[in-house]
Amino acid sequence: MILAAEPGLADFGKLLVYSAMAVYTVAFLAYIAEWTFGSRSKVARTAAALGAGAPPGKPAAADGDAVRVTVRAAGGSTRVLTRPRVITRSATPARDGVPDGPGAAGGDERGDTYGRIAVSLTVLAFLLHAGGVLLRALAVQRAPWANMYEFSTTFSLVAVGGFLGFLAARRNVRWLGLPLVTTVLLDLGLAVTVLYTETDQLPPALQSIWLWVHVSLAIVCGAMFYLGMVATVAFLLRDRYEGRLADGGTPGRFSASVLERLPSSVSLDKFAYRINAVVFPLWTFTIIAGAIWAESAWGRYWGWDPKEVWSLITWLGYACYLHARATAGWRGRKAAYLAIAAFLCFLFNYYGVNMFVDDSLHSYAGVED
Amino acid sequence: MSGGDDAGNAAPPTGPDTDGAPDADSNADSHADAAAVAPGSGSFGGVRAPGPLGAAAWTARELTGWARWSWRQLTSMRVALILLFLLALATVPGSLIPQRDANPLLVAEFKDRHATLGDLYERFQMFEVYSSVWFSAVYILLFVSLAGCIVPRTWQFAGQLRGRPPRAPRRLTRMPAYTSWRTARDPDDVLRAAHGLLRRGRFRTARAAGSVAAEKGYLREAGNLLFHGALIVLLLAFAAGQLYRSEGGKLVMAGGGFANTLIQYDDFRSGALFDAEDLEPFHFDLDEFHASFHRSGPDLGTPIDFRAEVTYWRAGDDEDEGREATIRVNHPLSVGDAKVYLIGHGFAPVVTVTDGQGEVAFGGPVPFLPQDSALTSSGVIKVTDYVNRDGEPDQLGFQGFFSPTFRLNAERGPHSSFPDPDDPVLTLTGYHGNLGLDSGIPQNVYQLNTRHLEQFTDGSGDPLRVNLRPGDSWELPDGRGTLTFEGYERWASFQISTPAANGWALAGSVGAVLGLTASLLIQRRRIWVRAVPDRDGPPGTTLVEMASLGRTESAKIPEELGDLAAALQAHAPPLPGPGDTPAEAAAAPGTSEKSVASSEMPAQPSAGHREGAVP
Ligand code: HEM
Repeated sequence: MILAAEPGLADFGKLLVYSAMAVYTVAFLAYIAEWTFGSRSKVARTAAALGAGAPPGKPAAADGDAVRVTVRAAGGSTRVLTRPRVITRSATPARDGVPDGPGAAGGDERGDTYGRIAVSLTVLAFLLHAGGVLLRALAVQRAPWANMYEFSTTFSLVAVGGFLGFLAARRNVRWLGLPLVTTVLLDLGLAVTVLYTETDQLPPALQSIWLWVHVSLAIVCGAMFYLGMVATVAFLLRDRYEGRLADGGTPGRFSASVLERLPSSVSLDKFAYRINAVVFPLWTFTIIAGAIWAESAWGRYWGWDPKEVWSLITWLGYACYLHARATAGWRGRKAAYLAIAAFLCFLFNYYGVNMFVDDSLHSYAGVED
Repeated sequence: MSGGDDAGNAAPPTGPDTDGAPDADSNADSHADAAAVAPGSGSFGGVRAPGPLGAAAWTARELTGWARWSWRQLTSMRVALILLFLLALATVPGSLIPQRDANPLLVAEFKDRHATLGDLYERFQMFEVYSSVWFSAVYILLFVSLAGCIVPRTWQFAGQLRGRPPRAPRRLTRMPAYTSWRTARDPDDVLRAAHGLLRRGRFRTARAAGSVAAEKGYLREAGNLLFHGALIVLLLAFAAGQLYRSEGGKLVMAGGGFANTLIQYDDFRSGALFDAEDLEPFHFDLDEFHASFHRSGPDLGTPIDFRAEVTYWRAGDDEDEGREATIRVNHPLSVGDAKVYLIGHGFAPVVTVTDGQGEVAFGGPVPFLPQDSALTSSGVIKVTDYVNRDGEPDQLGFQGFFSPTFRLNAERGPHSSFPDPDDPVLTLTGYHGNLGLDSGIPQNVYQLNTRHLEQFTDGSGDPLRVNLRPGDSWELPDGRGTLTFEGYERWASFQISTPAANGWALAGSVGAVLGLTASLLIQRRRIWVRAVPDRDGPPGTTLVEMASLGRTESAKIPEELGDLAAALQAHAPPLPGPGDTPAEAAAAPGTSEKSVASSEMPAQPSAGHREGAVP
């Protein structure tokens, strides 16, 4: 063996991924407990805000009702400033009065405890998961994203990292925990069974700094786009829920319990938009890095290879989404559908092209047939 | 609608109620006006004067009217969005249906298997999607729309840069972010402080009676224009690249060479406007070729590295002053405009054939083409200048495999198990007769047309097949001479590309990313501060109002307003007491005062339109 690939390390890495999956599973149960206990509280704030009593478009304060700022001086004295209350309006003024839901725990104390446990477990699982990916990288002595096993494990690692990052930045995203951990478990399950490949070296065509840039960015973009997509789906559900309430309808018990606890549709929409808007330039750069790589490996920067085609389609999809948000009559639900379609294109590029389209030059998928 | 205006009333803050409303769009209505003047007499032409002259004038008005209407449609955000979406859809089939450019063999195979579908696809240019009429139509329309959109927007933006931030609307309460308080300070003092504050915050500011207007984040618009402009540069660069580029392949034996002229290529493709005179004059020799492979572990047999050591000369170089270079995968050799890529490698068995008279009829390396990753290679040897034992001209053909590391099993027959030449074996069967080379039909050098050939057989009539190791000779039957397997050489195949406009494409991409980043991360926003004597409060109190309007909804904009308000309160301390937010009263429905919304802020404060008010 010329380059020492260390199968022992790789096995240990796989073991760590299995442990991470076990911890994610417990975290998953804890999230379920959080939602279950949370369902006992009856908080129908949305209906109240949309009900006949409230004037349409009753503005909400920008940052909740936190208008007091406590300033602690060096000496230890504190003084309280009353920060001016800023009133905001959004693109859907009728929904501005709708407060964000109380979160999965629904204000229930035990629910909240379970939620905190779930988050702690997610952190632990994330660390194990990161260890697994790191060991894999050490085992193969290169960046761990040359085949679908490595791509998938890194992908879900970044998605969980993004989620924990938002939590650390005190964003109202704990509700994301359950759907995220569910899909991470699916992704890892797929990775260790169907997609697993032994450690291997990169064929010469894949050895390039641009590979590193291109693929690592693709993973980051995909993971963040994924979080954006979950928020978009939540937006669609929540928007329909609010719409039904505004029309005086009574939503089903399930949506009344679950959707009531999500952030308001306005918040979800903004959250999803901000993720997609920040990631889009990054995705553009990812494609360009890929083109530079293609130019040095194959002598043309663009050759309508299926992988290239689908990354362009994904790009056009997100461009449509961003455009739609600036086009009369296309904001809100229609734009949201475009964002989801764009993410599905990303997913197809990642799994579909590797598995179903066989004459792609990007044949590094490494899945045994 | 011009793109700018449209984007204006379309862009966020607030209000599905503005959607589709013809509101601020003054020029979108000529259509309706014209129709109103003379109902039934045409869409744009107005009243038709009697006589042929009148009819001509009417037709002209009608045509220009329609033309302008179509142009406005084409450059509207909505049509741009639809075209963008169509382009995404149109891009899909090319990735699912085999494309002639990329793989003509797959296309032929597909047409064999699906005759009717193949014909249908052929009719709709599905085998060359990316150069088809319909695909081109979509992207050309999109880019015309793009150009028609960014030119007016650029002018508008230039105007805004020269102008001053627009005055405060009458009703600041309707802005996406708003705050207010009462203070004992004099309105003028408050405004002076606010002005200073905003200027220190690097806003462009303008003072008016009773208010200050400020604006910031022009880089957003600049970035957006840069992005859309860069897309046009990118498209033109891509088109130029397709038209002017050239690309060809050449298989070179180790020790052999290549000169960059048209006739030396094995295969050659070029864009419509490429001129063979433009080929970069240079030539190179392949001195050595190295390949290394994993010899153990899970990756047994997969490549580690390929290197082609070459010496090259540019036009005017001395023959004994060649420059040395190494070409590897991902590391092409650049010579002037041209780039030489290493794309493949293989073996060429060296054989010598003597004829029936004992004379050498053929000698030299014959490149065989790899069939699998262990480099089982197939090829043919054609001996044309041959005479048999009786001195009569005949021709010989051999067909077979070269296996660098020979294995023989029942399932696969002779094949190679490792790509390095650990146990090289040449496996051949032979023919004599007419190779069919003078039939006028071009022949593939890697195939044997056995129609007019007779195979060498053993006594029982089975084809003769021999396995030769280096140095082995094969006595051909009936005294037809011998074939000696002398050894093997390596060859490498190269692609020589002369790309065009790559620099422009790169510049376009960089511009697009930079523009996009500025456009999506920078907030363009306006802030207004108004300070007037408070009519409802005790004498001497001042009502301070602040509002901001962003082109997109961002949580940062209200936050910034809060910070600025907090900073201004240091100069204009709020009076205690209720009603620090008169907004709630003011925003109550039913009031119908018009807001004075400025007309050129891209993001209209659509709050101003909420009750159908048109600025
Ligand atoms: C190749 C086609 C196009 C692509 C990929 C594209 C992409 C984009 C993207 C990603 C944005 C979001 C940037 C931002 O929000 O600032 C945007 C904004 C915009 N685009 Fe395009 N665009 C294209 C064609 C057009 C055309 C034809 C028009 C003219 C009708 C146009 C007008 C605009 C305008 C006015 C904005 C600004 C919207 C805003 O400020 O929020 N675009 N475009």
